Amino acid sequence: MNKSSGVQSTGLTQEKLLEVEKVSVYYGAIQAIREISFHIAQGEIVTLLGANGAGKTTVLRAISGLIKPSQGKISYRNEIISKLSPDQIVRRRICQAPEGRGIFLNLSVFENLDLGAWTAPDPKTFDKDLNQVFELFPRLGERQNQNAGTLSGGEQQMLAIGRALMGHPELLLLDEPSLGLAPQIIEKIFEIIQKINCDGMTILLVEQNALQALHIAHRGVVLEAGNLVTQGTAQMLLSTDEIRKAYLGE
Amino acid sequence: MMLEFIQHLVNGLSLGSIYALIALGYTMVFGVLQLINFAHGDVYMLGAYIGMYTAHFFQLGQNSSVLALIFTITVSMITCAVVGFLIEKFAYRPLRKSPRINVLITAIGVSLFLEFSGQLLFGPDPKFFPQIFKPSGDWSIGELKINPLQILVFFISIILMSVLQTIIFKTRLGRAMRAVSFNHDLASLMGIPTHRIISYTFMLGSGLAGAAGVLVGLTYPKIDPLMGTMPGLKAFVAAVLGGIGNITGAVIGAMTLGLAEEFLVGYWAPTYRDALAFGILILILLFKPTGLFGVKQTEKV
Repeated sequence: MNKSSGVQSTGLTQEKLLEVEKVSVYYGAIQAIREISFHIAQGEIVTLLGANGAGKTTVLRAISGLIKPSQGKISYRNEIISKLSPDQIVRRRICQAPEGRGIFLNLSVFENLDLGAWTAPDPKTFDKDLNQVFELFPRLGERQNQNAGTLSGGEQQMLAIGRALMGHPELLLLDEPSLGLAPQIIEKIFEIIQKINCDGMTILLVEQNALQALHIAHRGVVLEAGNLVTQGTAQMLLSTDEIRKAYLGE
Repeated sequence: MMLEFIQHLVNGLSLGSIYALIALGYTMVFGVLQLINFAHGDVYMLGAYIGMYTAHFFQLGQNSSVLALIFTITVSMITCAVVGFLIEKFAYRPLRKSPRINVLITAIGVSLFLEFSGQLLFGPDPKFFPQIFKPSGDWSIGELKINPLQILVFFISIILMSVLQTIIFKTRLGRAMRAVSFNHDLASLMGIPTHRIISYTFMLGSGLAGAAGVLVGLTYPKIDPLMGTMPGLKAFVAAVLGGIGNITGAVIGAMTLGLAEEFLVGYWAPTYRDALAFGILILILLFKPTGLFGVKQTEKV
């Protein structure tokens, strides 16, 4: 994985694409995240790190509108989106590859990809988009008529990412793409994430696998028990002793 | 012997296809909402009345033809689809986040509302359904006599079910319906407007119930505001028999029930007609609660 080339070719700007401001979320009486603030600039990969239960998925669900923050706001291109419904948020070109088995197991691979294109801005690009996804993930092309439930874990993850790409995202949300996968497959998926980013897509990568995520990310945000404990550039996080100890297992 | 058997077979298939049209609505709504829409049988009753009023208004009883029948069915289907849309929008949608038991009680409430509004509007006495399609006599094959109406009912049902099958398995709308029935949140992450897809599901199911109402009026021409209760319950049993949520299962369950009823009535014990369905329900719930074609619901981790 070659990080430096990624950084150079994206030509980072300082324009904030997504801004999360003091967002708190409750599930019933339990506070899942507390006053989380961070932003994502155009062209970046930002990784959201933390242990299981730290609140990473909750942040993602708040961004995609599946839960409403009880405090704070989320804005995208200077528009507040935290009051919108999930399908309206997808129409703003924020697409998500959900965690784990976040695909429709009762539909075929092709049908999954087709639903990913539900909000695609131009229906005429469908065939081209489909071919691009198949180029990225040749396995999906071979298995397009198969039921998605018959795919292996790695293929299901590829399908989730491919399906999100069918919707022409400007901001791609990836929820633990490495979860439960073999190391070679994780490496391959991370390579693809980096490639998509080099082609200009902004990515929010939620990961438990901190070391690997920080190697392809520009910046990282670290959560612990619902609180944001630190954030900064990937290099800085990789060189901080505490972070190395707590999250990188050293 | 053989003649009698074929006669019962034809009756059973015709009855079963009517149950199937109603059962599809139950199973589709259950698929997307996990709700047993107890008002569904009453939508079928409305379908019969709308068919009757349409036929009276356009005086189709005097000029009976296949066209008159198709026209009546179409009007009834469209009106029932609108009714289904309104029921979902005003009765069920506000309860989308409520516990399931609240929605179930509401469904029973809507059912009572439709039944007694029906008595108020149409009068409690049975009415005669006009003969919008009058066959010129029974078809005879040797000694076998078959009422063409029953064949017609069967074929119209098959056509409607094939159209539904195509919508669900070949179109994007159907794909979205299946996605919503798999998981609402996941579907909304695709940008699918889940509320609207649920509305469409109600409209499709109610439209089929409307068609069933007209077809029943045609073959058993006495309709009353409470006529939806028993066929509604039986179609529900058929849907459970086939595995609720499963489209093919609903059709097979309904056909099985229709045939079983006819053969029971024909060969053994006519008075037990209505008991049969509930006997089947009890057996299914005891021994195979997922139905013949249902899959076990897997809990998401």
